[in-house]
Amino acid sequence: MSYSYAILARALLPEITVVAGALLVLAYDLIFGRRYSLNERTSAALWIGATALVAALIDTVSVGPLGPVYGNTLMLDQLAVATRIGVLGLALITLGVAAGAKNPRHPAEYVAIILFATTGFTLMAASNHLLIAFVALELASLSLYILTGFDKERRESAEAALKYFLFGGMATAFLLFGFSLIYGVTGELDLSRISIVLTHTGMSPLLTLALVMVLVAFGFKAAAAPFHLWAPDAYQGAPTPSAALIASASKLAGFTLFLRLLWPGLGALAGDVSVAGNSGGWLTIVALLAGASLLLGNFAALAQTNIRRLLAYSAIAHTGVMLLGVIAAGAAGAGPLFYYLATYGVATAGAFGVIAVLESNGGCQKITDLAGLSRRSPLLAGCLTIFILSLAGIPPLAGFFGKFAVFAAALKLGGVAGPAGWLTMLAIALSAVALYYYLIVLKQALVAAPNSESSSPIRVPTGAALTLLVSAGIIIALGLFPSLLLGIF
Amino acid sequence: MNLLPYTITLSFAGAALSLVAGRRSAATARVVALLTAASCWGITLYAACSFVPSSQILTLIDLPWITQLGINYHLAVDGISLTLVVLTGLAATAGVLFSWNIEERTGEFFAFYLALIGGVYGVFLSADAFLFFVFYEIAIVPKYFLIANWGSTNREYGAMKLALYSFAGSALVLAGLLWIYATGHATGFGFWELAQAAAAISHPQQMAIFALLFTGFAILAGMFPFHTWAPTGHVAAPTGASMLLAGVVMKLGAYGCLRIAMALVPAGLDFWQPLIAWLALIGIIYAGLVALVQDDFKFVIGYSSVSHMGFVLLGLAAANPTAAAGAILQMFSHGVIAGLLFAVVGRMVYERTHTRQLDALKKLPLHRLIPFAAVVFVIAGLASMGMPGFSGFPAELTILSGVWQISKLWAIVATFGILIAAAFTLRVIQVSFFGTVESANAGLSERAGVSPLHLDPITWPEKAGTFLLLAATLLVGLRPDLLLNWIVPSLQSPLLQAIWHGGTP
Repeated sequence: MSYSYAILARALLPEITVVAGALLVLAYDLIFGRRYSLNERTSAALWIGATALVAALIDTVSVGPLGPVYGNTLMLDQLAVATRIGVLGLALITLGVAAGAKNPRHPAEYVAIILFATTGFTLMAASNHLLIAFVALELASLSLYILTGFDKERRESAEAALKYFLFGGMATAFLLFGFSLIYGVTGELDLSRISIVLTHTGMSPLLTLALVMVLVAFGFKAAAAPFHLWAPDAYQGAPTPSAALIASASKLAGFTLFLRLLWPGLGALAGDVSVAGNSGGWLTIVALLAGASLLLGNFAALAQTNIRRLLAYSAIAHTGVMLLGVIAAGAAGAGPLFYYLATYGVATAGAFGVIAVLESNGGCQKITDLAGLSRRSPLLAGCLTIFILSLAGIPPLAGFFGKFAVFAAALKLGGVAGPAGWLTMLAIALSAVALYYYLIVLKQALVAAPNSESSSPIRVPTGAALTLLVSAGIIIALGLFPSLLLGIF
Repeated sequence: MNLLPYTITLSFAGAALSLVAGRRSAATARVVALLTAASCWGITLYAACSFVPSSQILTLIDLPWITQLGINYHLAVDGISLTLVVLTGLAATAGVLFSWNIEERTGEFFAFYLALIGGVYGVFLSADAFLFFVFYEIAIVPKYFLIANWGSTNREYGAMKLALYSFAGSALVLAGLLWIYATGHATGFGFWELAQAAAAISHPQQMAIFALLFTGFAILAGMFPFHTWAPTGHVAAPTGASMLLAGVVMKLGAYGCLRIAMALVPAGLDFWQPLIAWLALIGIIYAGLVALVQDDFKFVIGYSSVSHMGFVLLGLAAANPTAAAGAILQMFSHGVIAGLLFAVVGRMVYERTHTRQLDALKKLPLHRLIPFAAVVFVIAGLASMGMPGFSGFPAELTILSGVWQISKLWAIVATFGILIAAAFTLRVIQVSFFGTVESANAGLSERAGVSPLHLDPITWPEKAGTFLLLAATLLVGLRPDLLLNWIVPSLQSPLLQAIWHGGTP
């Protein structure tokens, strides 16, 4: 057990870099902002922010997997490093999305808060301690509430932020209650020691209550049915880059946090879902959440006419598969789940990137607003096709292999003999349903003729174009060579 | 032989290239597409020349791909897949020729078209079930856009129905494959590994897995009652796409039934055999009867496709080498003949008269206006009815003689199917091309040589495409041994042995 501040500082180098970048963004705008136009201020803020994120990426890679840091407070294993790289990369994509979106009224604050949220995400990736986990989660969540309500000119934005905040605040209360019960029963805050205590004590009624509390909070944060109600409104009302961040990096960091909490921490209480029958662990609850999310997400998405709400319900459906990945992670490790989360994040952030560019060219709320995209901008249409087909799980794009790896891992738990296998079969069957609503989107983009009022060609800003192309490239490359990512674990 | 993997890469490269070429001009895109399709076909023919029939599967390329799951990029060829890649090359080349008149977004059309072809080549050459599945799904999405963008009647409905049926089928296949992989503790997705894993699974589970796999593939092969996507899809599709759909895409399903469902879980076939055979027979008879009463010319051909694919499924269900050889010959034969029929209906007739309603066509003296189309359709119709001298005859005869050994009743019922096929083919020939022989004469003489309707003459790409397809059906009709010599030894490969022995290897 070593409590070296030097190692701690080294381990937290990426977070330090990102926070320094955020302060720099604010300071630069404060000092030089008055002289420049809004456009110039936005691009300056974005460039400084992107530089800080790239520097943090370099830090993360150079620090590498240090193992347990500062006692067991932080755990810098392969999963933590990969998740940090993932969330930093997704935050970079978010900045690229912002480059294509309408300029926010206060660009420096906007970018700074994105960076603060990212700090929360990278801390979530590594935290191995209930309090650190809680603080990191709250840093990220509070930043996301602000980002959701950042568009002060639109009522929807404020409404979405309020809904998100109220639901999120409730979830936080549940989480804290759950944590306090776990602490009360085990007397420990450190996940490694909690797990040691739990292997001796086993299940107790109080722990059941704690598990339910924690999983309800998890359900809220991950937008799993039936705790998903905030998601469609937040996706619809939030400024597009905020929605991209909520859908991608926030999901990746949240799942990593809860994966660490559930398997290494509370693994002794997992129970068993590979065979039929209730074994009384948290896996049963996760399986129920997964099934509900799969059904609700896919069927509700069929009825949507708003592209953002459609993406929100598709996100809920994807959450179902991710929860299946959490179930499978006990035996298969974090590899399939991480692959799924990372590639899903890139695809969905990319899709929001396309929406952002359309938004600044006359609005994009309805699916029919995409009509004639292939004639207005082949670049946007091509990238959107790749992102949407990846979300639909069409090979050779990354989304397909993500599903395949999660399904294979889940089925390996016990074949089709138990809930894990049944859920897998359900998820496979529902992927055919999902193809319908994804094809509806692509039909507008590639087949339909442009609306008469908006048929002019779209100019895509360079930063946004580059981001979209790189994202599409990542989706194709990881789809063709999944071993690049799976090999890490 | 070792050039065969390039058919896949070449097709995808051609797809990208024609997308770029389409920005310059439609003509460039056409030439790029034709060159790509023809050179792929050239590769398959070159490979066919040096092919030595044997019972072994010849590995072309085998590279580790996703080592974590034991997945290899494994391409291989035997007589069965060689037959089908040659068919793919032929159908693709002819399809490009019959798509020569696509003027709108030509580059994109051929990009989707060649991407579809690339996927089809990939399926036929895969020797790893994961790879097979990847190519199988790659072939689904372009179909949707080909039909939704460039199709005709009710195209968005037809396209969506087809895409969803195909994707639902492939979801069943994915479930079945993963079930074998997970429950059988397979180390990888090679056909051999999966077959061994499947043999280790309990008998009831094997029955369920076979049902998933076979149904999944049979949807694409047009098995009753999952055939309904086929007529609507074929009718809505542009000519080149319906030639591919009927010509090769339905064969993907039948090939999957043989190569994956039957070969991996032979015990399942033993159990489900009567059901499959009767569904195939119902398909033959029912689709034939429906074709008999259609008002839309293209629907007749669409249902005839379902009826003919019923023979393929019946041949596979009979589970003896004779019938299976006939089934594969029928896949080739139907691919060529259906392509030809769709080419006449979709390109030669519909693009000129802008109607496919038999009532409307009846009033036109088509045999005078486009005699070339009439002659070709009569020949293709004869081939489709199974006249000796054309490829349909040896194919259906081999299937029937194989089925006779298993069940005389099945063979007799299937023979009625051939009679019905003759009936609807003759009816449609009579009504569409020779509907108004006398009144047309009268009308023409009355107006003193002034034709009531001027139809564009048949263009050279149409003639070239027709020639290719007619030559193929005649060649195989006169010399079926050319293909049977490849197919028959391959049916003795170790992987397929268990099928012929009732599930016991």
